[in-house]
Amino acid sequence: MAVDQLSIVFGALADPTRRAILTRLTSGDATVAELAAPFRMSQPAISRHLKVLEQAGLISRSRRATARLSHLEAEPLREVTGWLTRYQRFWDESHERLDELLASLQSTPDDVPAPDEASGPEDRTKGEST
Amino acid sequence: MSKTQITAEPGVPLIVMECEFDAPRDLVFRAYIEPDLMARWVGPRYLTTTVDRWEARDGGRWRFVQQAPDGSEYGFHGVFHGDASPQETVRTFEFEGVPGHVALETLTMTELEGGRTRVRTLSCFQAVQDRDAAIASGMESGVREGEERLRELLASLQG
Repeated sequence: MAVDQLSIVFGALADPTRRAILTRLTSGDATVAELAAPFRMSQPAISRHLKVLEQAGLISRSRRATARLSHLEAEPLREVTGWLTRYQRFWDESHERLDELLASLQSTPDDVPAPDEASGPEDRTKGEST
Repeated sequence: MSKTQITAEPGVPLIVMECEFDAPRDLVFRAYIEPDLMARWVGPRYLTTTVDRWEARDGGRWRFVQQAPDGSEYGFHGVFHGDASPQETVRTFEFEGVPGHVALETLTMTELEGGRTRVRTLSCFQAVQDRDAAIASGMESGVREGEERLRELLASLQG
């Protein structure tokens, strides 16, 4: 996805009402009235949100009799998740390597001073203090 | 090591990254601030990191280059601000593939119980588009995400 398209998608996602609408649409298509029901908001206000979502390609709208049905379009969201996932994988792998490095540094006494406390996880016996 | 938590909220030019390591803070700090150690873990394994310059002091410059097996290179550079410490390390970060787009990074390390350390990196970009481009650039190609992940995303956005 081009970066400016991503910005449009993120702009559309930046509003809690629109995110709630998208979540509602994951369980099926809905009319404006159905989408407006959970909110203290007029149908025209909801329609404005739907317009933003439609322009971002996150929903499509069709007619059923007199009502307009909104339908979730998953592809842009998939691309957004894919985009974050790639970045996540880059850092997951980096941090895995760092974890290995830290483990090897700790097991090489010449390289770093040994930790002060000698007590490890084995030290679980009850201390008999007087 | 805990799973890396990355937060990139819509509409703000920030990336917040948090991860915990099973090592004392001083050691984790060394792994971040000593060039020889840093070069051994930053980026995926297929990239080779060569440090060109690394002056970890106020006003000091840093630069490293990552090379892929096909010979392509990705250079990064910036300047340290203030004296780097486990409590706070501040530096600028610029990808040479997109010159002029600079992020300000603040690294904080917190000591946890049991000799563990939490590392938090806050990256502040000049614009949301810069942030988005930084996330999109230079990362290996991903896999198709399923409906499950999509639902997870929406659920997390709800929070």
